[in-house]
Amino acid sequence: MADAHVSAAPVAHQFDDFQQQTVADTFGMWLFLATEVLFFGGLFCGYSLYRNLYFEAFTAGSHLLKIQYGAFYTVLLICSSLTMALGVRAAQLRQKHALTIYLILTWIMGFAFVYVKLRYEWYGDYLEGLIPGVNWAPSRESLEMVNHFHATLPHLALFFIFYFCMTGLHALHMIVGLGLLTTLLIFTQQGKVTGGNYNWVEIVGLYWHFVDIVWIFLFPLLYLIGGRYV
Amino acid sequence: MSTVAVEVTPTLPEVHYLNADYGWRSWLFTTDHKRIAWLYLFAITGFFAVGGLMATLMRLNLVEPQGALMEPASYNKLFTAHGLIMIFFFLAPSIPTVLGNFLIPIMIGARDVAFPKLNLLSWYIFMLAGSVFMLAVIRGGVDTGWTLYTPLSTTYANGHVLSAAVGIFISGFSSILTGLNFMVTIHKMRAPGMTWFRLPLFIWSLYATSVIFVLAMPVIAITLALIALERVFHVGIFDPALGGDPILFQHLFWFFGHPEVYILILPSMGVISELVAAGCRKRVFGYSFVAFSSVAIAAISFMVWGLHMFLTGQSVYAGFVFSALSFAVAIPSAIKVFNWTATMHKASVSYDAPMLYAIGFIGLFTIGGLTGLFLASLGTDVHLHDTYFVVAHFHYVMVGGAIMGYLGGLHLWWPKMTGKLYPEAWARFACLLVFAGFNLTFGPQFILGYLGMPRRYAVYPPEFQVLNVMSSAGASILAVGYFIPLVYFTWSAFKGPVAGPNPWGAKGLEWTIPSPPPTNNFDVTPIVTQEAYAYGHEEAHVG
Repeated sequence: MADAHVSAAPVAHQFDDFQQQTVADTFGMWLFLATEVLFFGGLFCGYSLYRNLYFEAFTAGSHLLKIQYGAFYTVLLICSSLTMALGVRAAQLRQKHALTIYLILTWIMGFAFVYVKLRYEWYGDYLEGLIPGVNWAPSRESLEMVNHFHATLPHLALFFIFYFCMTGLHALHMIVGLGLLTTLLIFTQQGKVTGGNYNWVEIVGLYWHFVDIVWIFLFPLLYLIGGRYV
Repeated sequence: MSTVAVEVTPTLPEVHYLNADYGWRSWLFTTDHKRIAWLYLFAITGFFAVGGLMATLMRLNLVEPQGALMEPASYNKLFTAHGLIMIFFFLAPSIPTVLGNFLIPIMIGARDVAFPKLNLLSWYIFMLAGSVFMLAVIRGGVDTGWTLYTPLSTTYANGHVLSAAVGIFISGFSSILTGLNFMVTIHKMRAPGMTWFRLPLFIWSLYATSVIFVLAMPVIAITLALIALERVFHVGIFDPALGGDPILFQHLFWFFGHPEVYILILPSMGVISELVAAGCRKRVFGYSFVAFSSVAIAAISFMVWGLHMFLTGQSVYAGFVFSALSFAVAIPSAIKVFNWTATMHKASVSYDAPMLYAIGFIGLFTIGGLTGLFLASLGTDVHLHDTYFVVAHFHYVMVGGAIMGYLGGLHLWWPKMTGKLYPEAWARFACLLVFAGFNLTFGPQFILGYLGMPRRYAVYPPEFQVLNVMSSAGASILAVGYFIPLVYFTWSAFKGPVAGPNPWGAKGLEWTIPSPPPTNNFDVTPIVTQEAYAYGHEEAHVG
């Protein structure tokens, strides 16, 4: 992969060669992702505990989420992972045009995720009074759902707090990812990527796939669990 | 001062990293790991002074049973700020960011760390964190204790919990980036021939520390984020009245918190290995055992958090397991102590200041470590939990251990950092003062705790006064002991005699280059052909 003779990338003074720089950069991103696993891990831990304690409320909460959104995001993110992976391949083959297209496609899907989440799903939750601490006034249908599962409102609030924390932290990572993609697009147009630092695409790709994988865990935990389809 | 006969008067190199460039920009925008080490040194010395001043005020207050100085409410804020500043803004960054930043690239034969700009960014994040936190302290402080237990911190405390939590949250990212940078550097930047088992033991220790930085810091970050959320919105994450579980906070906090205390001691253990090798002119006994014991401590550290929760709603079976695992930490720790001692056996031990600090460390850390076993035992912990015994125990590890190591390391590598020598007699005197003052301060606290004096109280029954006065007297000696190095180091930086590249006759790549080193560290990348601490027989008799 790292053929020294094709790379015209500048090698920073602390590295001996491009190969060393590439493996160091990639390893750095892997370590950062290890940090991220633990960062999300605290929330997953809290979620698991409260789901055990207040199973009924978490079931009711899960029923109050709109599964269409969750499914839509899942398809979107899996597709964006594909275009990202194709982008890495294009960068390795130094195909500037193809790389640009894949990056733009990835960006569009990422943006669609964030836009739909904020504009439609979360705003909808806000209107329905389902945001604890901000607008917490569950509608009559929501209360019926709570009663149906013999849950209580404070426990439902706990579900929604974890729902917003987990998907919010995830959305924040998506926004950072969009920023990274934008930077990468600019560098690609300047010829810095296909002309040398193709590993930047790989590193941003690692991050992007990680954020996607987090969603792959969030979707069943929040939207599917709870016996909705039994 | 040195035991090695110097034949020619050493001179400073004409161009080195300190005089390569002048002006504030060349410091504040530097990416040179050696200059960043200095930025950290100034910052954490400031935090140490603030935290130390708070400790002094607390000890003054405890001279009288009813409190000599302040209201109990102020006292609460004082011990909280003391703990948080010392842990997050002095001890955790101390050895890694100062000595680690300066030495890791040099010791492994690299020109810089893997990500120099990230290294500088870590410092700026650290300064931002420190400013936010100090602002919280100045605006009125926090009175929750450094553990920020819920629901006190989320519901009942009146102080500036939110901004203090934000400050610590930010500082965590500085530590994460530093740890990440060090790990990549140690993995990918080693000079040809510098295999893992030729690395100085200091590097092994900092590697283990970096693993903990990367894995533990994000947990406190997310936990503090939840605290902040709960404090702002009162949605019940940790509030039992709303169904939240305050014990969840303790689990998350100590999952970070216990590895964190090994962040504080592991780098010091690495320094001691270097000090002992240099002071005895011998290879550290059982090199690979000492190296792996660092890794073992890091690994076990993530499995012992429940030892802090024996009395706060944890099943007795969980307590049993956590107790056994906590005892397991004693094994790698003891390996280190035994191996350092074995290294000194039949060696020509020098009694220069760095070695004095190392000897002090070994003694004090042994006491601190063994008293930890009292607290890891389910039965005795019931009696000792939340008493001064705990305070004495962790100060023996963190002050008697971590700070002794930090000061010893500064004394060993000061000639490398500045190219100048310091007055050896003063250094030895200061070290003895620190040792004596420290024991007088914290020795009586073991007894106080055993007799039942609870920690974090501004007042106490009159029968405890004698021991408290002893402790306060010791603290004043300790303060003098810390102040003296500040004076002679400052003097040495400007007026000290020139040190030369290797004033100690020590082994290691850092001693093969000029003092102070050139900006690039090595003009030619070194090729390593020897194990660490390759002291020859002829040198064993010098001195």
